[in-house]
Amino acid sequence: MKASAFSYARATSVLNAIELLVAHGERAKVLSGGQSLMPAMNLRLVAPELIVDIGALRELRGIAVSGGLVKIGALTRHADLLKSSEIAAQAPLLRDAVAQIAHPAIRNRGTIGGSLAHADPASELPACMVTLNATIVAQGPAGERRIPATDFFTGIYETALSPQELLVAVELPAAPKNSAHFFCEFARRHGDYAIIGLAAQAIVENDRLTDFRPVFFSVGDRPQLAKAAAGLVKKAVTPVLLSEVSKALSEELDPPEDQQATSSMRRHLAKVLLARCVAALLGRPDLDTGGAM
Amino acid sequence: MTAPLPISLHVNGERVDAQVLPRVNLADFLREQLKLTGTHVGCEHGVCGACTVRVDGEIVRSCLMLAVQTQGASVETIEGLSDSGEIADLQAAFRDRNALQCGFCTPGMLIAAQDLLKQEAEPDRERIREHLAGNYCRCTGYQAIIDAVEVTAQARRGQKP
Repeated sequence: MKASAFSYARATSVLNAIELLVAHGERAKVLSGGQSLMPAMNLRLVAPELIVDIGALRELRGIAVSGGLVKIGALTRHADLLKSSEIAAQAPLLRDAVAQIAHPAIRNRGTIGGSLAHADPASELPACMVTLNATIVAQGPAGERRIPATDFFTGIYETALSPQELLVAVELPAAPKNSAHFFCEFARRHGDYAIIGLAAQAIVENDRLTDFRPVFFSVGDRPQLAKAAAGLVKKAVTPVLLSEVSKALSEELDPPEDQQATSSMRRHLAKVLLARCVAALLGRPDLDTGGAM
Repeated sequence: MTAPLPISLHVNGERVDAQVLPRVNLADFLREQLKLTGTHVGCEHGVCGACTVRVDGEIVRSCLMLAVQTQGASVETIEGLSDSGEIADLQAAFRDRNALQCGFCTPGMLIAAQDLLKQEAEPDRERIREHLAGNYCRCTGYQAIIDAVEVTAQARRGQKP
């Protein structure tokens, strides 16, 4: 199908974009890379009256690292993240996650800001932002607002952004020394929407995990930090302990059922992912039991 | 403001000035206004890859880009890549290996394959599969397509297949 008719404005600055959003409110939609918005418009799932195209705002593109902080402009494309040596060194979780996003032609257009503002529960980057304790930087008529990623995602396609606000950047702490990360998702075909996925980072010291943040996606209406995983922190992980934590994880998650998978299949896959994750982070292949626990 | 807007861009090296409605995507603009029908329209939501074109040297889905977004850009379609001879060897390999049947996916497949071959001299079959994973073919079963891309890569490195 084709998108329904709309008006189009090419924003000339961040302030200009915000003026347009203030004037048109919920009748307007921000167009960044368009790789989620355009399909939704072509399928007539959304029909905005006005498209505010921010694609020409170069100041929103780029990656800067300073003082242990990685700042990524909203218009930075998935392809840019994938090629960036700064991201590979300072936020390797993101590099691994981006490689799983769709296909090269999509990654050449899709942007980090667009993906986060769209807040699809099956998408990779929102989960990574929660894992990495990122801060979402939004700009609106009242100025700049900084929102912790843990508070940013509020539901399916819903975020803490108001219709007058523009997501301009994200900031995340650079990966600490002796940190390890893990990213894995299950999809029927590489690049498809994930049935379930896990983005995790931890500090590994003396074969133990600290600051362990495993965040599941496609298990609910927003990325979900597995609270049960606290049971693995600062402990010598044995198959028995991992099995107990997996059971608790299973009780904690309440994944949806859809055409791709049943709720119990997602629960099972969550256990498989957790075991793979802990085995990979600790370098203990013996813990990867394939979910038989 | 839903009225047509003026855009200026380059398409296959030629300057184009046109008026387009904001809702018109790049694929429909190329096909219907410029009559460049080599760009195919399949799913219209970014899944099938039949509408793959190059914008400023990078492959994109032309169904997921508005024509008005190409203001000032350089767009290359299968007609451009074909006429310039850039992919003549790849096209010949597709023909030799029977890497197409109905031909619907072929323009997108060729552009995506050329994108890989430009970036990597020695892609193995796994890499070729990965790079073409966003392009659907319903006829060939893909094996012949992978073969064609692989032999083209070998030939460009100066190896005999």
